[in-house]
Amino acid sequence: MNRSVIEADLCKGCRVCVNSCPNHCLSIGSAINRLGYQYAHSTPEKCNACGICFYVCPEPGAITVYKGDAPDV
Amino acid sequence: MIVKEKPKAFYDTFERKGAGQKVTHYCPGCGHGTAHKLIAELLVELDIQDRTIFLSPVGCSVFAYYYMDTGNIQCAHGRAPAVGTGIRRTHKDAILISYQGDGDLAAIGTAEIIHAANRGENMTVFFINNAIYGMTGGQMAPTTLEGQKTLTTPLGRSSGRDGNPIGMAELMNAIKAPVYIERVSLSTAGKVLKARKVFKKALENQIEKKGFSFVEVLSPCPINWKMDPVEARSWMQAQLEPIYPVKNFRDESLLPPPHDDTLPQMEEKEMKQLLSAGGAIPEGKNPAPDLEQRVKIAGFGGQGVLSAGVLLANYAIARGYQATWLPSYGPEMRGGKANASVIFSSRAIGSPVVAVPNVLIALNTPSLISFEPDVERGGLIMVNSTLISDKVKREDVDVLYIPASEMAKESGVMATANVIMLTIYLKYKGLADTEILKKILPLSVKRKDAVAVNLKMMEKALTYFEEELT
Ligand code: SF4
Ligand code: SF4
Ligand code: SF4
Repeated sequence: MNRSVIEADLCKGCRVCVNSCPNHCLSIGSAINRLGYQYAHSTPEKCNACGICFYVCPEPGAITVYKGDAPDV
Repeated sequence: MIVKEKPKAFYDTFERKGAGQKVTHYCPGCGHGTAHKLIAELLVELDIQDRTIFLSPVGCSVFAYYYMDTGNIQCAHGRAPAVGTGIRRTHKDAILISYQGDGDLAAIGTAEIIHAANRGENMTVFFINNAIYGMTGGQMAPTTLEGQKTLTTPLGRSSGRDGNPIGMAELMNAIKAPVYIERVSLSTAGKVLKARKVFKKALENQIEKKGFSFVEVLSPCPINWKMDPVEARSWMQAQLEPIYPVKNFRDESLLPPPHDDTLPQMEEKEMKQLLSAGGAIPEGKNPAPDLEQRVKIAGFGGQGVLSAGVLLANYAIARGYQATWLPSYGPEMRGGKANASVIFSSRAIGSPVVAVPNVLIALNTPSLISFEPDVERGGLIMVNSTLISDKVKREDVDVLYIPASEMAKESGVMATANVIMLTIYLKYKGLADTEILKKILPLSVKRKDAVAVNLKMMEKALTYFEEELT
C-alpha cells in the first residue's frame, strides 16, 4: 500500500503536511520527539503517493513517500 | 518503491548544531526548508550539483552551506550578485545560484542586484520575500506590508513614516536585460508545485546561457509573524499575495540572441600596451634577488604624490619586480593630505598596505610629522627641505635633506619636486636605471606637455646627486 513515512526525530510538528494532504492521511500525535515537538504520523489507507506532503514539508529528510510496498511503521 | 525522499544534493547530516544533526536550524514551518528542498531536487535532476556554486547570503539562510552539498560561497551582506559576477567572469560553466532574503537583496544589496540584473549576468536569483527581517528577530523590511506590525514598527508600517512596500519583481521588470522574472508563493501545495516548475525554468535558462533569471518567492516566517505555520500560510494568501501578485512578469527565454559575456582575449604584451595608452613598457630583466622596498610618498594633493607613486610602481615593473600602488587621499584631492604606498619586491606581495615603510619621502611638514615614527630602523627618510624646516628626530634611520621644491621652481611646475625626489631616491639606493626611467616617465605623466619638464628635472636631480651626494 502507498504511504508517506515520517521520521519522528526529524519532524518539527509544524502541521503543514497535515493541512496539505488531500486525502487526510496525516495527523499530529501526542508523543514528543527528541527535539521536543509533537510529531506527525501517517496512515496508509487513502494515500495515493502524490508527494504533496513531501514538497510542502520544510525539513529535508522528515518525509519519505512510498508507492506500493511501503514499510509498516 | 520510494517516490519521494530527501534529495541527494543535501548532505546526509548537517553539522551546524553538532555532529550527526539531521534537521535544519530553521524555525518550524519556515519556508526556507521548502525552497531548499526544491533547489536540492533540481540540482540532481538537472545534473548540475558538481558545477553549482551556491551563494549564501546574510540572513536566516546564511548557513545554506551546511545543507547543500555543492560549491558554496558565503557572501557579505547584499553582495551575492556581485560575488557571482566575479565568479562568472572566471568560471564560465559554473551554475550560480544566488539565494537572498529581503533584508539582503531589497535593502542592503539593492545596488548589487540592480546592476547584476542590468548587466544580464547569466545567473539565477532566488529572492525569498517573507516581508520581514527574520534573522534579527523581525524588524521591518523594505517588503513589510502597510500596517504590518514588526519589532521596529510596533504600531504597523505607515507609508508616510516608513515608505511603501517594494515589489522587487516589479522593479526588476523595469530593467531591460533579465530574461525571466516570476513571482511564486509557498502558501499552498499547488503553489509549491508551481514554484518547482519556475525554479526549474530559472535554472535551465542559466544552463543554456540565456542570462539573468529572477524568481521572487513569497515565503512564510511564522515566528516573526507571530502565527502558527498553518495560519501563516492563510495569511499569505489573504494579505501578502494581493500586494505581491503571483505571476510571470517576463519570459524571453525563447528569444535570441544568447547572452554574451565573453571577455576579450589578449596577450600580456597587448594588455600592457592598452593600459599604458599605446606607450611601450620596456621588458624587465634581472631584478635584485632579494629586495623589498616599502615606500611611502606623502604630501598634500597637487604635489604629484599619487603620480609619483604610479611612476615608481611602473618603473619597478619595467625592471622586472612585483609592484603595488595604493593611493590614500581625503575628499579634497587638491590641497588635502595625500599619500601613496608603493611596494616593489623580488617576491610576491601579499598586501599593498605599507604600515612600516623602509623609505619615507616627505614632501611637506605634516607628512614628516605623521610618518616619521613609522619608518623601519635603518630605513631612509627623504625630506623636502624647501618646505620642511623641521629636522628628523630619529637617529636610527638614514636622512637626506633635498631642496626639491626649490629645484622644481626653475621648471615652472612645482609638482616636478616628486620626480626629483624619486630620481634621487633610486640613485641613492643604487636602483636607478636611467634609460628605463626615461622610457617610463612619459607613461606615468598624465599631461603630455609636461613630459619634457619632467625629463629635465630628472636630469637635474641626477646632476644634483653626483655633485652633492657622492
Ligand atoms: S503522499 Fe499525498 S496522499 Fe500520501 S500522505 Fe502525502 S500528501 Fe497525503
Ligand atoms: S510538514 Fe514536515 S515538519 Fe511539519 S509536521 Fe509535517 S513532517 Fe513534520
Ligand atoms: S525567523 Fe522566519 S525566516 Fe528565519 S528561520 Fe525563523 S521562520 Fe524562517
